[in-house]
Amino acid sequence: MTVSVLDFVPIWTLLLGLAVFFYVLLDGFDLGVGILYRFAPDRRSRDLIMNSIAPIWDGNETWLVFGGLGLLGAFPLAFAIIIPAVYFPILIMLLALIFRGVAFEFRYRDAEHMTFWDHAFAWGSLVATFAQGIVLGAFIQGFHVQGRAFVGSSFDCFTPFSLFTGIGLVFGYGLLGAGWLIIKTEGDLQNLAREQGRWCFAGVLISIAVVSIWTPILDPGIAHRWFSWPDIAFLSPVPVITAILAWLEWRALRSSSETGPFACAVGLFVLSFIGIAISLWPMIVPHHFTLWQAASPDRTQAFLLVGTLFLLPVILMYSGWSYWVFRGKVRADIGYH
Amino acid sequence: MSLDPVLLSRVQFVWVIAWHILLPAFTVGSASYIAVLEALHFGTSRTVYLRLSMFWTKIFAVCFGMGVVSGIVMPFQFGTNWSRYADATSGVLAPLFAYEGLTAFFLEAAFLGVLLFGRRLVPAWAHLVAAVMVAAGTLFSSFWILAANSWMQTPAGYAVVDGRFVSVDWWQVIFNPSFPYRLAHTVVGFYITTAFIVLGVGATMVRGRRFIDEARTMMSMALSLLIVLVPLQIFIGDQHGLNTLEHQPAKLAAIEAHWETGSRVPLILFALPDQAKADNDFVLEVPLIGSLILTHHVDGVVRGLKEFPRDQWPPVAIPFFAFRIMVGLGLLMLAVVVVGWILRLTGRLFAATWYLRVCVWVAPVGFLAVLAGWTTTEVGRQPWTVYGLLRTADSVSPSLTGADVLLSLLGYMVVYLIMFPTGYVMMRRLMRRGFVEIDIDEPPVASGRPVRPVEALPGSHGGSGA
Repeated sequence: MTVSVLDFVPIWTLLLGLAVFFYVLLDGFDLGVGILYRFAPDRRSRDLIMNSIAPIWDGNETWLVFGGLGLLGAFPLAFAIIIPAVYFPILIMLLALIFRGVAFEFRYRDAEHMTFWDHAFAWGSLVATFAQGIVLGAFIQGFHVQGRAFVGSSFDCFTPFSLFTGIGLVFGYGLLGAGWLIIKTEGDLQNLAREQGRWCFAGVLISIAVVSIWTPILDPGIAHRWFSWPDIAFLSPVPVITAILAWLEWRALRSSSETGPFACAVGLFVLSFIGIAISLWPMIVPHHFTLWQAASPDRTQAFLLVGTLFLLPVILMYSGWSYWVFRGKVRADIGYH
Repeated sequence: MSLDPVLLSRVQFVWVIAWHILLPAFTVGSASYIAVLEALHFGTSRTVYLRLSMFWTKIFAVCFGMGVVSGIVMPFQFGTNWSRYADATSGVLAPLFAYEGLTAFFLEAAFLGVLLFGRRLVPAWAHLVAAVMVAAGTLFSSFWILAANSWMQTPAGYAVVDGRFVSVDWWQVIFNPSFPYRLAHTVVGFYITTAFIVLGVGATMVRGRRFIDEARTMMSMALSLLIVLVPLQIFIGDQHGLNTLEHQPAKLAAIEAHWETGSRVPLILFALPDQAKADNDFVLEVPLIGSLILTHHVDGVVRGLKEFPRDQWPPVAIPFFAFRIMVGLGLLMLAVVVVGWILRLTGRLFAATWYLRVCVWVAPVGFLAVLAGWTTTEVGRQPWTVYGLLRTADSVSPSLTGADVLLSLLGYMVVYLIMFPTGYVMMRRLMRRGFVEIDIDEPPVASGRPVRPVEALPGSHGGSGA
């Protein structure tokens, strides 16, 4: 209808990439805290651990809504193919998120069943993370598509590769969660978080290595992207920086640094994220549709962009303010200071 | 019988949205109530408003947490079960859904942290701003989601390109013909729902002679709001009906169980509609009034279902009865409010124990009316997802088998049947405990501070499993 002078697709790719990344980072650390929750030695530590994320978790989780709706708004074809293809992982993720989400309130208010809600919180966090990892693995592998629809079975998404990425993400979020707890706690609890961080870090290293080898084997296109000359020269900083960050993370976990473990974990997620983006670019439905082919009409992307560009900075500002208000070490006995 | 993925997907959507809508039905109203209480306290410094605000904020927090997690489910339903609908309509509807998430979800979630945990951490005015922003967030949320829903009922401002809807005029898309009526009807309905809860909780406390000051304030505030909103709601509902007659005549015919077109039609009070033979059994009707109510003229013509192809008929019995339940509950509410005002003006409100008992009994009436109204409008839209343009049967994800959907439906059922009853029990407990824990010198309690409220509850040291 209208000839647009502006291509909105790169803008939306960037925005959606940011939304997904913010989600992975923010809900990643609070899901990770939930994964580590089961290892807390007593009631008091569990209270502390939960308090460290209680005021911010729901704000973090809303990035998932933005990511989902952003995909629907900007790349509806991708939404309409990918989401039904990962029907059960999405279902499992949503149900697990419900359990862990209500556990924040129910644990205190339904104290007769506190143990049940403790389990709901811990298992919910673990299962939701695992399901998200399956979605990631299935997405990288691609889907059985005919025309504009997913036509495979709802169980296609469960493959050895996707189950492995599920486990990998559990370690990844666990590492972020440990980093967060190191920042927010002191003494024994902080030492425990450091130790858990080291275990998770080992898992993350193995996962990154295995996925980096496994994906190019699965997909010759990805192998070509990374290992053909001259691409390999341009892309070699990605593995190099990843290795440097891994070394820094290891040092930070063994030192007394309070912010280092979290910062390096974030760095590792950034690099993994970039790595996946390089592997798949410019496809949004791997092997089938590019970002441009899956994009919604210009008018839709433009309308959505106007409000988003206005609201996103505001949201970021007061999200930051929220974090600022609740900064510092968390204490169970005297509330926030 | 083979499992039909379309039918099961519909049942699943009904299940997740019916539970979810109960939460905004309460949080939209209570967020505004809390903002008003905070403003009153800010302006008058009377502690009763502060105590009321702290009390309702605790209940709001439980609801809101459940609303967030059950709300996250909703957009994913469009992808998991209704992917062809998503592909076809996203050009028009996705921005509206996305704006709901952006303007509202974020606004609410981000400021809620400050509202719940921040009374001591931020200045009083900033806390008030947070309360107002949370309330504004719930209203923005209603605005966008109802714009999307209304567009599905009365689509406007669109074109169809390659079988998919694209927007031609966003103003017409958002302010489509049924939107202003639906928005007003729904938001007023949510406010009324909350006010009846406040009235009922106040009445319980007056009956039990506890927290008299707070309880009387609650009852007075609720009745003052209701005497305005309930009559207003009846007027808005009537206008909404005229709008439906104009834009969705088949839906209106189903609501009224009118099979034949005619003027001077009766108002059917009760009947058993029979879809197969296209007629009603056991009819109880009032002559002429049907035309008068629906068209505001005794001679007004109302089109019957037989004027429409049979494959475009909604199931008649469900909207027919749901509508009558909604109207019946509306009249009940009006009676309760009018009687309450008579008692209040004659100075007997807090002494009439029978009336206090009535208030407790009718406290959940708003939820039932909201569900009945929602059922009327959504089932009445069938067999379409986008009225007259996209069939429900053509909206479902093609990859799904009946067994897939049955499995997911069972999952949602199990989880919701654990979560919602637990939430209900907790809110009841909070309401029963009243203002015992409300201490205005302490930082407000919510999920962030564990020790005291937990230890005050029975059995907290045993900590048994479920």
